[in-house]
Amino acid sequence: MAVKDYLRQRFFPHMWCPGCGHGTILNSLLRAIEELELEKKDIVMTSGIGCSARISGYVDFHSLHTMHGRALACATGVKLSRPHLNVIVPMGDGDALAIGGNHFIHAARRNIDITAIVMNNRIYGMTGGQFSPLSGVGIKATTAPYTTIDNNFDVVELATAAGASFVARSTAYHVKESTDILKQAIQHKGFSVVEILSQCPTHYGRKNKEGDAVSMLELHKTNTAKIGSKALEKNPVLTPRGIFVDTDKPEYCAEYEKVIAFAMKEKTS
Amino acid sequence: MHIIESGNVAAATGVKLSRAQVIAAYPITPQTPLTEKLSEFVESEEFDAQYIPVESEHSAMAVCIAASTAGARAFTATSANGLLYMSEQLHWAVGARLPLVMCVANRGIGAPWTVWNDQQDTMSQRDAGWIQIYANDHQQIIDSVIKAFLLAQTVSIPVMVCYDGYILSHTYMPFEQPDQDQVDSFLPPFAPKNFLDPENPGNFNPVTLPDVRPGVDGEIEPGYIEIRHNLHEDLRTTLDTYAAIDKEFEEQFGRGGNPLIEQYKCVDADFVAVCIGSLSYQLRDVIDLMRDDGVKIGVMSVQMYRPFPDEVIVAALADKKCAIVLEKALSYGNQGALYGDIKSALYNSDTKPHVHNYILGLGGREIKTQHLLDALTESCKSPETIGDTPRWIGLKL
Repeated sequence: MAVKDYLRQRFFPHMWCPGCGHGTILNSLLRAIEELELEKKDIVMTSGIGCSARISGYVDFHSLHTMHGRALACATGVKLSRPHLNVIVPMGDGDALAIGGNHFIHAARRNIDITAIVMNNRIYGMTGGQFSPLSGVGIKATTAPYTTIDNNFDVVELATAAGASFVARSTAYHVKESTDILKQAIQHKGFSVVEILSQCPTHYGRKNKEGDAVSMLELHKTNTAKIGSKALEKNPVLTPRGIFVDTDKPEYCAEYEKVIAFAMKEKTS
Repeated sequence: MHIIESGNVAAATGVKLSRAQVIAAYPITPQTPLTEKLSEFVESEEFDAQYIPVESEHSAMAVCIAASTAGARAFTATSANGLLYMSEQLHWAVGARLPLVMCVANRGIGAPWTVWNDQQDTMSQRDAGWIQIYANDHQQIIDSVIKAFLLAQTVSIPVMVCYDGYILSHTYMPFEQPDQDQVDSFLPPFAPKNFLDPENPGNFNPVTLPDVRPGVDGEIEPGYIEIRHNLHEDLRTTLDTYAAIDKEFEEQFGRGGNPLIEQYKCVDADFVAVCIGSLSYQLRDVIDLMRDDGVKIGVMSVQMYRPFPDEVIVAALADKKCAIVLEKALSYGNQGALYGDIKSALYNSDTKPHVHNYILGLGGREIKTQHLLDALTESCKSPETIGDTPRWIGLKL
């Protein structure tokens, strides 16, 4: 199936600004789904609020556009009631780790089979450029005109510590790498977190003098390096890309089925 | 100083002039520019306050509750789902009698998602115990914020200052910005009697039992029902307190005089359109058109919705032929909340008008002057039409 067949084109034009990285990430995701030959009816997408969350409207899957921060909570409900469906959750940095931070760590702790994509542009884009828990120190934002003093989460470290059994990072520049990682994340049985660095030229780029979308994309390329690469060895301050965690751990829905089977056996015996 | 700015900036300026000490907020459309402006004021050191960009509205209200408990003048702002996410804390702030002030840029509630204006968000919180003041224009926004801080600390009850999202929050209007000295003499510093003080340890909001019981000093203390009764009684006297504060404000700043309701061409009117917020100014144009055709009609906006100024409303409406209540909110499965409140207030009046109810503008549906004209004309032609089923304006089924 062609990628455009996964889109609800009646919702276009989309709301993303020119140069936004989110469309590229959506493209990587749809290619991953296409290559896995998943059927549209077997995919559920839940999303919260923000530029990234608009994806659930643009894709032709079962989609739930839910409340700010609650995408993973709603996804958990969907997955527990229909464990055979693939549940994919696109989130922004604010949605996933500020207002939704609690759900994020608990979904990881349970290791429920959901694919969480954190589209990290380090800013609240939709509401006009406020800093987020992923902005980090020394960043300009509308709520920090004289730069931020807040430390940021490292999504990879946070997800790993909270118990996610698949954790990876890519960028909007590394389109094919993202597709490859997303394929593995979707196939992985357990909670998968894929952080994809995105660019917001409208708010983050303009405020922090990172230039236009092209130069921001260039930064994704120059500021990151693959895990195990010589570049990273030589320059450890670069942000590592790749798969950090990929382990087999008991998955929550499967464990829950076991509890039900056990309880039913007790009841009938 | 006379300036031209947006409604959100009018609100932010009011907060700055009121010398709020702690501001905690989370971005949500259409409130966001208000808190952005405040963070700009704070970071440029134009405004000496602590600005805490929290991770959700729930936390925003929690920070304000804590700051107020510690004796600081605290402020937050939100809209729609952000307000509802605070709901647990809204009730807490009132029960704890904390003088917070919050601006709400009114917006429709999801699902389905809408970012546009209606008033369902604040109307749905009418029973929380917060004082609710609605502004009709930018001048009323800035003035109401300043008055709200004085009111809140006078009666120890939190105040919501509500204004229509986009219609007021994002449009630009000229308004008078009071001088800092004037505001300082109107609004004294917040000096709470009971606050979190390490020198004077206390136990705040301890668990109550169904009956009264002695406190640490052996004296019987009010129980839950007494505390809530006192809140209600204090809210009832708030109507007079706010009228007095408004009078004081008018003497000092030359603006005010309509703290509870605002009327336009109502004195000789047979018919009165009743609403909340900016719609009242749009209705003035319609009223003028109808007056040209000889219909004696006026418009009244409810400025303070909670506590409900029932006596003032009865006095304004009792001798009219018909009150036409137009609402951007609905008590689902029943009728417009304001309509219900107005009918209830009129029940014991010797004379009472017919009362009609229209629902309009939900989720930002455009309110056309022609639609308003048609609806009001119909109500004025047959005021005796009875029926509590609200009529809808601009509905496309």
